[in-house]
This record gives sequence, C-alpha cells and structure tokens, in this order.
Amino acid sequence: MGIKRFFHQMGSPQYFYRVAGLWIPWLLGASLLLLVIGWVDGLVYAPTDYQQGDSYRIMFIHVPAAWMSMFIYMVMAFSGLLSLVWRVKMGEVIAVSCAPIGASFTLLALATGSLWGKPMWGTWWVWDARLTSELILFFLYLGVIALYGAIEDRRVGARAVAILALVGVVNIPIIHYSVEWWNTLHQPATITKLGKPSIVPSMLIPLLIGALAFKLFFFATVLMRARNELLERDRNTRWVKNLLEAEAK
Amino acid sequence: MSEFLHMGGYAAYVWPSYGLALVILVYNLIGPLAQHRRLRAAILRKARRAGRHAR
Repeated sequence: MGIKRFFHQMGSPQYFYRVAGLWIPWLLGASLLLLVIGWVDGLVYAPTDYQQGDSYRIMFIHVPAAWMSMFIYMVMAFSGLLSLVWRVKMGEVIAVSCAPIGASFTLLALATGSLWGKPMWGTWWVWDARLTSELILFFLYLGVIALYGAIEDRRVGARAVAILALVGVVNIPIIHYSVEWWNTLHQPATITKLGKPSIVPSMLIPLLIGALAFKLFFFATVLMRARNELLERDRNTRWVKNLLEAEAK
Repeated sequence: MSEFLHMGGYAAYVWPSYGLALVILVYNLIGPLAQHRRLRAAILRKARRAGRHAR
C-alpha cells in the first residue's frame, strides 16, 4: 500500500475508526508489558545511586513523564498545523484528543519533580526557569481543553485550539534549554544532549524502557479518545448508526 | 522485602511517585472507556427513538 493512499484512507473517519480499533489492544498490551519490565528493572535491579541513594528511582517516572509532556505537545501542535493549513479533519480530532493526556503527563512530571526535589533540594518547589516553564506547559494544556470546551461549534473550536497550540510551541525550546540558559536548581540534560549520555547502562535501560512504555500508552489512549471524538462529531451520520447497531446485536 | 519497601529512607517520596503514575495511567484508560460507553448508549437511544417515530 502506497504511503499516499494510506494517508488518504486514514483521512476517512470510518476507516480511521476501524484501523485504530485494531491497533489499540496491541499498543496497550505492549505498553503495559514494557511498563512492568521497566519498573521492576528500575526499582529492583538498577543499582542505588552513590549520591542520591534510592530517591533517584523517581527518575524512572519523572523523566519519561517530562519527555511525554513535550512530545505530546508537539504532536498536538503538528496535528493542529495539519488541520489549519491543509484542512486535514483528522488533524483536528488528534489535536483535541492529545490535550487531556498531555495535561496528565505534565502534572505527573511536576508532581514527581516535587517529590524528588523535597529530599534532594530541600524544597517542593522553586520558581526557577525549568519548573516555571513546565508549569506554563501545564496551563497551556488546560487552556486548550477549556477553549475547546467553551466553543459550541466543534470545527471552530478545533481551529481556535490549533492556533493556541501553535503559539504555545515557543515554550517547548524554552523548557528544553532552560537548564542551559539560566542558573537553576534543576540538573542539566543527561540523555538528550550531544555526545555520550552520562548515565550508566544499568540505569539508562530501565529509563528508556519506561519511556517507550509511556509513548506506546499515549498512542493507544490518543486513538481511544480520537475514536470517541469521531463518534461524537459524526453521531448523526449513517456510518456511526450502522456501526453501533451492528455492535449492539 | 522490608528493606526494599524502605527505599533507603526515601519510601515517602519514591512510592507516592509510582502510585501517582499508576493513578494517571488508570485515569487515562478509564476516562475514554467510560466516555465511549456513554456516547454509544446516547447515540443508540436516539437512533431507536427516531426509528420508532418513523414507523
């Protein structure tokens, strides 16, 4: 199947709904399996850190959650761009489906950061560049959710959301480079920098497994939400009625 | 085992982190599943009502 034909077909709500339904169980299954492996590896087998003791095990949640908070935002903004520029209707559906998941991972990154900061820095929170820009990311997600909820017409709402998401993209490099541009309590990048990551493999592997688990989990749940969004939007169409009546039998 | 749960004295920070992660994962699963059930019921109810009127 050609790539062009694939994208054309995925633009059809009916086809998207069906194919997403096929992928979701596999994505979820793989994600939960990796999550168990990554967490057991991180909590049991990874060695205790010589500086931070066992508190550093929060990293196996905190870092993947923080990566997801930015990755999901970029997916949301890019889908929004597709919907604005090329009128890809599926882009609207994906963009609005990203927001609640992104908000929840951002909250997880902030909360686990606090739980890690208290024993290591002696404080739950500081208004430094990294923490503040991540908090702004959380508010951007909340803004997207609120804006979409406030506008009656879903297509108009999705367009407004896409613009807000695109404007907010400016925050993403600020989050990433904040630890270099400003003096901050937060430690600089360990993995996502040029050159060799300064972390031993026994700690890096559970971290990467956990990150992959979160990523697959996001793909599964964004498809679940996108399917709901499609049902809602097309609730008065024949394909939705036929599909639900066939399922109900 | 109790040494494992103790997390070198950081149990009060490590376990809530993993607990919250679980809560957030479960929320992201239950949320769309419940919404799907609600939507399906609502659409089917409306379709049946419309079907009755047509007869």
